[in-house]
Amino acid sequence: MERIKKIALFTVALLLAAAIIAGCGQQKSGAEKQGASGGDTINIGVNYELSGDVATYGTNSKDAILLAFEEINQNGGVLGGKKFNPIVLDNGGKREEAMSAAAKLITENKVVALLGPATSGATMAAATMATKYKVPIISPSATNPDVTVDPQTKKVRDYVFRVCFIDPTQAIVGAEFATKDLGAKKAAIIYSNSDEYSKGLYKVFKEEFVKNGGQVVAEESFNSGDQDFRPALTRIKDAGADLIYVPAYYGDVGKIVNQARELGIKVPMLGADGWDSPKLAEYAGGAANLNNTYFTNHYAASDPNPRLQDFIKAFKAKYNREPDAFAALAYDTSYLLADAIKRAGSADPEAIRNALASTKNFDGITSKITIDENHNPVKDVAIIAMVDGKQTLKKKITH
Amino acid sequence: MAVFLQQIINGLSLGSIYALIALGYTMVYGIIQLINFAHGDILMVGAYIAFFGVVYLKLNIWLAFIISMIGSAILGVLIERVAYKPLRNAGRLAPLITAIGVSLFLENGGLMVLGTEIRSYPAGLITSAQLPLAIFGIKLTATTLQLLILAITIAMMIILQYIVHYTWAGKAMRAVSYDPDAARLMGINVDNTISVTFALGSAFAAVAGILLGLYYNTIHPLMGIMPGLKAFVAAVIGGIGLIPGAMVGGFALGIFETMVSGYWSSKLRDPIVFLLLILILLVKPSGLLGKNNTEKV
Repeated sequence: MERIKKIALFTVALLLAAAIIAGCGQQKSGAEKQGASGGDTINIGVNYELSGDVATYGTNSKDAILLAFEEINQNGGVLGGKKFNPIVLDNGGKREEAMSAAAKLITENKVVALLGPATSGATMAAATMATKYKVPIISPSATNPDVTVDPQTKKVRDYVFRVCFIDPTQAIVGAEFATKDLGAKKAAIIYSNSDEYSKGLYKVFKEEFVKNGGQVVAEESFNSGDQDFRPALTRIKDAGADLIYVPAYYGDVGKIVNQARELGIKVPMLGADGWDSPKLAEYAGGAANLNNTYFTNHYAASDPNPRLQDFIKAFKAKYNREPDAFAALAYDTSYLLADAIKRAGSADPEAIRNALASTKNFDGITSKITIDENHNPVKDVAIIAMVDGKQTLKKKITH
Repeated sequence: MAVFLQQIINGLSLGSIYALIALGYTMVYGIIQLINFAHGDILMVGAYIAFFGVVYLKLNIWLAFIISMIGSAILGVLIERVAYKPLRNAGRLAPLITAIGVSLFLENGGLMVLGTEIRSYPAGLITSAQLPLAIFGIKLTATTLQLLILAITIAMMIILQYIVHYTWAGKAMRAVSYDPDAARLMGINVDNTISVTFALGSAFAAVAGILLGLYYNTIHPLMGIMPGLKAFVAAVIGGIGLIPGAMVGGFALGIFETMVSGYWSSKLRDPIVFLLLILILLVKPSGLLGKNNTEKV
């Protein structure tokens, strides 16, 4: 028994050590800068997922926002020299934290607008506070249609805006591209049954593809994180599909592309913005496997638009890494807010809201943006073609 | 017919890997009647040892295989000595719960140390070319990697059969499995024999882990959970405690699973596999190859 006791003690000690180390990892970043609105600064709330599962989304977005405000301030600010003072809070990717961070930013820091969070769930949580205190909130990257429109009452949420297109849009554009540009007639779809994003894209794509005169010859589903797609892909191959639509995130996409190419499936594959990751080629078993694959995305890094290229250069210079779609969208969001404040001629939340709602042809780096009656942007969807592992802009479709 | 044969090829590759993992389960069960739930996680550690060997030490993949086997064998023995040996006379439940604990420790420890990131072995580690196969004039696709997996599995099984039947260590293992007390009276070092069993099983798991990583092109700290559970089902199907049973069970389960997802739906694959486990336990708990009175009291 003495030995068991010793081992038990050892285990407890080990667990304690583990807990302490884990605890250190989750430091709260808290407010980076404090300060009251009024005078010659305008406080802006930046509420992001800076830790947790989707920390990279939040970090890239926040860094792009800080870069944008720094540039705006250096160029003289807005409203005759007023400077932006972004106040950053971490919500850890949790809905309740996102909500309390939003409340804190509004009531304590007196912010006139909220930017973020990156994901739809956290944005919806933060939006309840924005609506309660009548402060506009703009998410650069929440793609769920319910974020701006209440699904039950079908009414627009007055204070909630976004700068990215919504999921159904990319499926519609994807189907159009598949029929018109790739000449696909018989599509197979392989989607994740455990993921709303994937299921939503699957439904809309199928509808649109059939409407465009195509035929869906195989529908296969999987659970996110599955490893073996060969049985389903063998079936797709047998069905004679001339295009495979894969609306999933890059981890699963890489495995699917790799296994499809191994089975000798050479037809084009098409996906959505979940494909956008520098890791994709690695998971797909090499850049060559990705040739003849396409996906819809918010922007293309290879887009020659000089302002986009300037942004990419500035981001790289400041943070020493490549920006992604989250960063590009967040950058647009910051400039859109500054533009709205200029047009409103005041930093009053209500005036900013009205200016945001009437945005027309705002010249962003991802696209020209017009905010429609549902507070969704009308903008370009970029179609990216993977060529030897590099993302290249194939074409832009406005929707 | 072509689709059916293609699915058989897919199933054989998956089944080989299940068989390799199931061997470890079955050997340990055969000798100390413990279901070592940490087995799937040793597989993960094996896959990572090879990954770091290949990426950071620039080792050749075959050398990485060997180092990973040795590393995993040491880990297996360590786990046995630290976690299971003190509980040897504590009945069956205590070691089983400990095994689950060790498994959780390795999984969460792995997540903490290695992070949640999915990694891949560098491309071109093993040149996987497509082989145009033709059986009775039906064209099929297999890759050299799939053949390699099958070949490695069969080679490992032959080696294991040799060890178990023709070496002193193997004889000692069989003796301890049959009756540990009598074996001890005959001068066999029971503790060392058990350690050898864990070492062998863990080395096999390491091979399975690397093959999984190559076959799916991804490794992750939780990669061992599902294959571990599936291999456990395979071991039960074949008859737990029986080495040929693990091989038969592994291949049978791999092909069965592929057929379910190929002809029915990928969504139903896991529920049906575990339903099969329940059915086997209800109808023939000793497994396909087991005799009905193998329980020794």
